[in-house]
Amino acid sequence: MRLNAGAVCAGGGSYVNKTGHWRTFIPRVDTDKCNGCGICYTYCPDSSIEIVEKTAQIDYDYCKGCGVCAHECPREAIAMEEERK
Amino acid sequence: MGKKAVIEGSMAIAIAVKQARPHVISAYPITPQTHIMEFLADFVANGELKTEYLRVDSEFSAASVAQGAVAAGSRAYTASASQGLLLMTEVLYNVAGMRLPMVLTGVNRSVGTPVNIQPDHQDTVLFRDTGMIQLYVEDAQEAYDAHVQAFRIAEDRDVLLPVLVCVDGWTISHTFEPVEVEEQEKIDAFLPPYKPLYHLDPKKPYTFGSISIDKDLMEFRYLHEEAIQGAKAKIEAIAREFEKTFGRYYGGLTQSYKTEDADIVFVAMGSIIGTLKEAVDELRAQGKKVGVLKVRSYRPFPVEEIRAALANAKVACVIDRAISIGFGAGPLTIDTQAALYGPNAPQVLPFYAGLGGKDVELKHVAEMVAKAEKAAAGEAVSAEPEYVNINWNLVS
Repeated sequence: MRLNAGAVCAGGGSYVNKTGHWRTFIPRVDTDKCNGCGICYTYCPDSSIEIVEKTAQIDYDYCKGCGVCAHECPREAIAMEEERK
Repeated sequence: MGKKAVIEGSMAIAIAVKQARPHVISAYPITPQTHIMEFLADFVANGELKTEYLRVDSEFSAASVAQGAVAAGSRAYTASASQGLLLMTEVLYNVAGMRLPMVLTGVNRSVGTPVNIQPDHQDTVLFRDTGMIQLYVEDAQEAYDAHVQAFRIAEDRDVLLPVLVCVDGWTISHTFEPVEVEEQEKIDAFLPPYKPLYHLDPKKPYTFGSISIDKDLMEFRYLHEEAIQGAKAKIEAIAREFEKTFGRYYGGLTQSYKTEDADIVFVAMGSIIGTLKEAVDELRAQGKKVGVLKVRSYRPFPVEEIRAALANAKVACVIDRAISIGFGAGPLTIDTQAALYGPNAPQVLPFYAGLGGKDVELKHVAEMVAKAEKAAAGEAVSAEPEYVNINWNLVS
């Protein structure tokens, strides 16, 4: 298969390239503390957080483990743990 | 037949761009490029040109806007000079890598520091390794013609690369010369509308220049090199088609002037070619066998054409209007020496001339020839580059 000149590819490429394995730290949500306010969802630079039933849910296929969510959470409901693979 | 008029070089370029009917022009002023954009603004203001004319906040934006416009499937143009071109560098690597057929003019001006607004090639040779095509022109007429050709070359489906047309500042951009301007219908026939292979469209999304890590980055470079090497034949073919249509031809990648029987051949680019041709005529009248090889396409570099043109020469005098500080020769010398390397190569004598707009007169050309004659006669001469017309008082 010959590559497309200019590295042009069809839309949706960032779904195909899963970036979760880049993590060295993984965010864990304490569902008792989380009230689903959505601040982490707003701040996540990879759009890897959704609020489902008033709780933050992280998409680990794409979360790169930057820790912005944990830093911004006012209830300290997100903890960064070392990623063990 | 076109219409012949005495116009400024910048006007010749502006008319060529107007006749190419670009959808988008992004403009940021810098001397000596500004006149081109001013003339284009006039064309927009008086209704002669319908285009999206965008005044942006920097050269980085000028290149970015044109990049986005070409990615969206339009024909786009911008221009700059010197430090302004340098500010475009990061964008232009992307434009080339995304294989976007943008056309831009580099109005050659030296690069600071020291600050200088006069012509040399220090600014555009910087783009040597970007993967853009670079054409250097000799006068206003060739500037007009080369811009028309540039869009055809860039947009060719087998090429799809940006073309940087290099025009010496002042000497060409601000000088009035007789220029034959062709009829719009003939330009339209020569340069049909741009039909992109892919373009940005929310209804059918594409990613341009997507991530390519170790598994295929080298493969993308292979395709890029393959395309620009393939462009050699296209540049020649389009120059020939232009000749058939409009009756003017400057060579494709190179142009040979009285080189057939020449012992001494100058290799150079840009407006200095005019001076060299005149000097060659004078020296020929004195019975000296000299000629000029104009390098029109600096990238792709015409390796085969240079070898062929210099096959029977004894000495090649390479004139650089730029310096590769730290190597001990200019970029054109380095590339020419690499192209000629082998047992039958002529001796290469490097010269720096016209740096920062320093005058190069016929007597200086005669001095270069005098040195080359010694070398051709078998006398040992220094292979170190000569600084033509240097004021030794200022450096000793």
